[in-house]
Amino acid sequence: MIADSAPIVSLRNVRRDYALGAERVHALQGVSLDVERGDYVAIVGPSGCGKSTLLNLIGVIDQPTSGTVTISGKRVDAMSDREATSFRLHNIGFVFQRFYLMPILSALENVALPMAEAKLRREERDARAGELLAYVGLSSRERHRPSELSGGEQQRVAIARALANHPALLLADEPTGELDARTGTEIISLFQRLNSDGTTIVVVTHDEDLANAARHNVHMRDGRIVNA
Amino acid sequence: MLAVLGVAVATAMLLDMVMLATGMRESFRELLLSQGFDIRLAPKGTLPFDTDATIPGVSAITGVLRSNPDIREISPVLGGSIHIPVGARDVSAAVLGVDPTVQGDYEFLSGRDITTPDAIVANDYLLKKLRASFGDTLNVSAGYDPQTRTYSGQRKLVLTGKARFIYGATEQPAAAVRRETLEALGGGARRDRASLFMVRVRKGANPDSVRDWIATQIPGVTAISVATAIQEVDQRLSYFRQLAFILGAVSLFVGFLLVTTLVTVSVNERAGEIAVMRAIGVSRAHVVQQIVIEGVAISVVGAIIGLALGLVTARYLNSILSAFPGLPMAIDFFLFQPRAAWSALGLLVGSGIFAGIYPAWRAASLPIAESLRREAIA
Repeated sequence: MIADSAPIVSLRNVRRDYALGAERVHALQGVSLDVERGDYVAIVGPSGCGKSTLLNLIGVIDQPTSGTVTISGKRVDAMSDREATSFRLHNIGFVFQRFYLMPILSALENVALPMAEAKLRREERDARAGELLAYVGLSSRERHRPSELSGGEQQRVAIARALANHPALLLADEPTGELDARTGTEIISLFQRLNSDGTTIVVVTHDEDLANAARHNVHMRDGRIVNA
Repeated sequence: MLAVLGVAVATAMLLDMVMLATGMRESFRELLLSQGFDIRLAPKGTLPFDTDATIPGVSAITGVLRSNPDIREISPVLGGSIHIPVGARDVSAAVLGVDPTVQGDYEFLSGRDITTPDAIVANDYLLKKLRASFGDTLNVSAGYDPQTRTYSGQRKLVLTGKARFIYGATEQPAAAVRRETLEALGGGARRDRASLFMVRVRKGANPDSVRDWIATQIPGVTAISVATAIQEVDQRLSYFRQLAFILGAVSLFVGFLLVTTLVTVSVNERAGEIAVMRAIGVSRAHVVQQIVIEGVAISVVGAIIGLALGLVTARYLNSILSAFPGLPMAIDFFLFQPRAAWSALGLLVGSGIFAGIYPAWRAASLPIAESLRREAIA
């Protein structure tokens, strides 16, 4: 049993190296970080500093070369693909810069997709997907396909999809990167509302407004956290 | 859409080859069984009407055959050719001498059958050449010397009816008379002779057992049951089957490559989308399943279009090949059988599954973080 006071994300001395041609890139060089439950953290820093690599490790879509990653009290740094997939499905919500909605599915079906994967009954997932679309302000767009939605609307559908299975942690990689300033502001407000409703959020961003909206900023440079 | 059309063309080719591989055999089998005769007796070492050879002693052979209680009907057939002068022209035709009550060589269409010794029935092609009507008297000869333009063994016969000859070749003028009439036309040389016996066995009797019995009782003939005739045809048609098999395999392989290429390109284009699916918790098995379904969907859509296309091309090719001289017009090279269509569809769907497996495996094995990083850079 993990106490509520324990950090939801805990990284200890994490290194991540990978090969880039003949070269070996040290993307993360001994990073340690805690994110408290209910926190809203923005990871900022110049391009190539290791922000996305750090987010990928927290999101269990990558594994560290060394060090430990603990999410919700569970070590995730050496999980098998099957374990990691199941962990992501039930514990982590992802939002990406390019939305990546399924073009042949409606907004409602896109939101329901992770719930179908979690084997929820159709009525349950349709009801929950409807609620989530209402939460992000898209009740009237349930039956629309992604191509019929604006960029901002697509990102809100992606956020609703990320929340589908009640994740403990919401991760977002440049969620306003493809949006204009006004739409970006709407998404920032939505993240703030989500956080005030209890969702723990970690975002990677270059967007100063988004970073400023977070409770804490983590600054990175050359694979290291320089100021948390 | 172009790739689906490519699959459709491959399917059409595959269906045609499956139809070609089995069509002629099945069509020949249906032809042999169409009149209900189970056994044919031909001169020793030949197939029916393979040569001009005849079997002597029709009465004696008929007597022997009648002694077997499993034999229900016997139809001796004498084949030959006739010549009929029409103005200054000579019209020649194939002729069969039969007993109209038990014959299985022609389908009587109109007029009166050969109920009298001076009656003759003809097919459409001969009627057109003769420009004759029912009731006309024809000077029919068994022989004609084109050098001296003289006819031998001439006899006056009355055109009484029209018939369709079941084993007749396309556009071959043909006629039928009573067997005794044809014997008389040929002079004494063809008396009590037959080119072929057709034998119908009693219901429930085994035609192959009766055939074996005939072979021991009448050693001067070759007894052929439908099964042995098909075997013989199978041997003679092995070239067609091999050709069909090779072309069918090539079509299937082309279809397989098309689907694999299409699905691989699609997977490469959607690498980011697939990585995101994996990131949000969609299992590797589900990704593989989705991509395999995609391959199968392309195959099924292509196959459905291809089946229609295959039927149209088979019909066209059949009309060309069936016009080959000397072939019975009832023989089809491309015979549609639901089993052939299901086989082609099954092979295509099977290849669609296999075609999807490689790209599916690639997609499911993509490192998620790496794919997202590449996508971001792109």
